[in-house]
Amino acid sequence: MPPAWLRTSGGCLHLFISATAMRPDEPRAAGRRRLNATGSIVQFENVGLRYGTGAETLSDLSFSLKEGGFYFLTGPSGAGKTSLLKLLYLALRPSRGLIRLFGEDIVTMPRGRLPGFRRRIGVVFQEFRLVTHLSTFDNVALPLRVAGVEEKDLEKPVSEMLAWVGLADRATARPATLSGGEQQRVAIARAVIGRPELLVADEPTGNVDPEMALRLLHLFDSLNKLGTTVIVATHDLHLLARIQRAEMLRLDRGQISDPTGALRHPPRRPEA
Amino acid sequence: MRGGVRRFGAAERGLLPEGRLAGPMPWVIAIMMFLTVLAAAAGLGLGGAASRLDDQIGGRVTIQVVEADPVLRDRQAEAAAVALRLLPGVVAVRPVPEAEIQALLEPWLGAGLMRSDLPVPALIDVDLTPQARARIDRLRQAVAAAAPAARVDDHAQWLAPLARLIGTLQWLAAGLVLLMVGATAATVVLAARAALDTHRNTIEILHLMGATDLQVARLFQRRIALDALFGGLVGFILGGLVLIAIGDRVTALGSELLGSAAIPPEGWLILIGLPLFGVLLALLVARLTILRALGRML
Repeated sequence: MPPAWLRTSGGCLHLFISATAMRPDEPRAAGRRRLNATGSIVQFENVGLRYGTGAETLSDLSFSLKEGGFYFLTGPSGAGKTSLLKLLYLALRPSRGLIRLFGEDIVTMPRGRLPGFRRRIGVVFQEFRLVTHLSTFDNVALPLRVAGVEEKDLEKPVSEMLAWVGLADRATARPATLSGGEQQRVAIARAVIGRPELLVADEPTGNVDPEMALRLLHLFDSLNKLGTTVIVATHDLHLLARIQRAEMLRLDRGQISDPTGALRHPPRRPEA
Repeated sequence: MRGGVRRFGAAERGLLPEGRLAGPMPWVIAIMMFLTVLAAAAGLGLGGAASRLDDQIGGRVTIQVVEADPVLRDRQAEAAAVALRLLPGVVAVRPVPEAEIQALLEPWLGAGLMRSDLPVPALIDVDLTPQARARIDRLRQAVAAAAPAARVDDHAQWLAPLARLIGTLQWLAAGLVLLMVGATAATVVLAARAALDTHRNTIEILHLMGATDLQVARLFQRRIALDALFGGLVGFILGGLVLIAIGDRVTALGSELLGSAAIPPEGWLILIGLPLFGVLLALLVARLTILRALGRML
């Protein structure tokens, strides 16, 4: 069973309520109003990304992600999936083009406003990027602490999340003592603990066994059903079939592989 | 940055690894503080000495009536004293008693000196206000008119080289303190940069979680301030012990000149404030360094 705050949209939401209540300066509400007008949580228009003076890693990307959608991002290695995700979680700014996130242009957005937007995004990094000197518990609690959640309000949701990803007995362990699969689960727990509006996951099931991969996918699915827009980069074609309503973006050599235009606004798959 | 008012709270201590941020920084600061305390103490002691010299003899002149005829000498001395008392800015006029003059001469000429044996000048000590001291020429004219055999011995004039030396040493001490402040600030800058490099991965993760620059900077500021406080206190205690030891030696010497260079009570307050100033300086420099470095990240 998922953590309590994932089971209902009105329950725990204790965490969700407290986390949002202390962020009065963030553009969540305003962003939602604007999203209602455009219907897209992410919008790319002719986006290009170049590292240094090299060739463009991403070229002419134009697509939009609907609020509350579930997306798989696929493509061969080196296609630019991680670069695209970095643009999504605001680790990079594009070399050209327009990106609107939560209804706002983040390309020209002043740097000082980015933290408020980043708190609305959960990220599962390909290489996990756990803080090595922090325990499993503290790594998972990190987004909540950054958001200013009181210590007394951390214990329950973090413990529940650790139990859900099967790491309740590893709460005090440091990342170096965890296996690759355990580290990945910590990274996923950290990404979803703050109930982000947008979840970006880079190969989130690459190091876990099929059973755990399925559980994690259900976690993403539960989050998505609560309204979180989910985008998962994966090579695992079996995962694609697990979420029937998911849509697919395919990258190839830095471009959306979309010869028919169907992938830009891909049709829903028929329910099984 | 917006949202910068947020703090990580009590758990912030754990967000950076425990232990000192940049190994030798507290010890470098301790050395800097030790030298700063000594330099500042020297400056304060010299300032006190200069002030005491000025108070005691800087505003004083001595009139010497150099006249071989004792009757004429006494008459001119009396006339000079009367003329001096009439001058504005003259605080006190004190004819030096015979016994005191003999006591002054005794180390050179021996005891039992009779005034008739040797024509000793009559002396008059005159204390002046600073304004009157600035118009010493008027005093000279008045004395010359009343006592043609009188000479005005301006203490400040022969104290001037000593005062200039003390002033130079004070400036040197102030310069050393400023150099130490600059070196301490540079040490903190290097330590902050090293700490940022060491913890770059953690900082990037915190940023991607939505931490503001101020939130991240506070983590480092706090640690650097603690390091600076530790180093500052060690340096201050060592410096204080050295000063106490030097004070004991000076007292044992019994030298009036060296004794006058004692640190005044308010000077000790300044010295005690140095470690706190060091912490504030470290905080400010660390904050500016870190915010500037973070500003170059996305």
